[in-house]
Amino acid sequence: MKDFIKGFKGGIPIGLGYIPVSFTFGFMAVSGGLPIWLAIFISMSNLTSSGQFAGTNLILADASYFEITITTFIINIRYMLMSLSLSQKLKPGIGTFDRLLFSFGITDETFAVASMEKTDISPAYMYGLISFPYIGWTSGTILGAYTTGILPNSLKGAMGIALFAMFTALIIPPAKHSKTIVYIVCISIATTCMLKYIAFFKFVSSGFRIIISTFAGAGIGALLFPDNTTERIDSDD
Amino acid sequence: MTKPLIAVLLMALVTYIPRATPMILFRKEITSKRIRAFLNYVPYAVLASMTFPDIFYSTSNYISAIAGTCTALVLSFLEKSLVVVAIGAILTVFATEIILICL
Repeated sequence: MKDFIKGFKGGIPIGLGYIPVSFTFGFMAVSGGLPIWLAIFISMSNLTSSGQFAGTNLILADASYFEITITTFIINIRYMLMSLSLSQKLKPGIGTFDRLLFSFGITDETFAVASMEKTDISPAYMYGLISFPYIGWTSGTILGAYTTGILPNSLKGAMGIALFAMFTALIIPPAKHSKTIVYIVCISIATTCMLKYIAFFKFVSSGFRIIISTFAGAGIGALLFPDNTTERIDSDD
Repeated sequence: MTKPLIAVLLMALVTYIPRATPMILFRKEITSKRIRAFLNYVPYAVLASMTFPDIFYSTSNYISAIAGTCTALVLSFLEKSLVVVAIGAILTVFATEIILICL
């Protein structure tokens, strides 16, 4: 129960940050022509931002099943890296059922918060962590689906920065204490910028851009600093 | 509505598979020092590449985005909590956009 509460608290800012994003999603999906129940069902069954935005756009454009599936999959491949990284941080002895259940809730943000935990993580922690983001993601979609742009644009525009601001809050404090992290962050940013701004790489989708930059940053980091200095101190229990 | 529903179910499937497979397959701790280092570095690399440069496109214009980013960076550097950093950035963006409209 203590773990659940700890996780739940960690999930509150994530869930709040999701509301404007999923609001936009619900609004976009319904104004694009999808029924309200389907828009809500997409959020409840996918629980991801870029993947379901892209997939829904393709559904609205009447694309083929193949295109929709492949595009969504490519955008979501990055979750494999996150799930693999998290699997190494779990408390020992966690069964298949729990693994199957909480892995549904791995998103960029829940991963970020879970992976920065100082100790190993338990299923209870994961369920707590996932709860509020799931509620936020779903309720934002419901609000967006039923509203037709009541929120003033200035406020919606301002809330778009929330999740990114949260990311900087996750990266910078540990980077202050570890040069290794500074190098990794710089390499990753340099790679994304290169892929985004050099015309030759225009064909690289945003999902792949993140995958390639992650491999570049973490890969070069692991080659240069194999004795990872960011390793948390394992508490034996 | 059958086609969109099937498409959504396919989307849900290819979103879930990458999340669940590594959890099920990698039950033992990986012993290789380099791979462990790599996996420990992944969070920082992912977050950095998702944040920059996209944070500059996250609001209605560059100026408010840059202002919000500066606030986020300063508050993060001061090791403020996630909520404080997020709200600080939102308020900065909001204030900047109001000032820009008034100018």
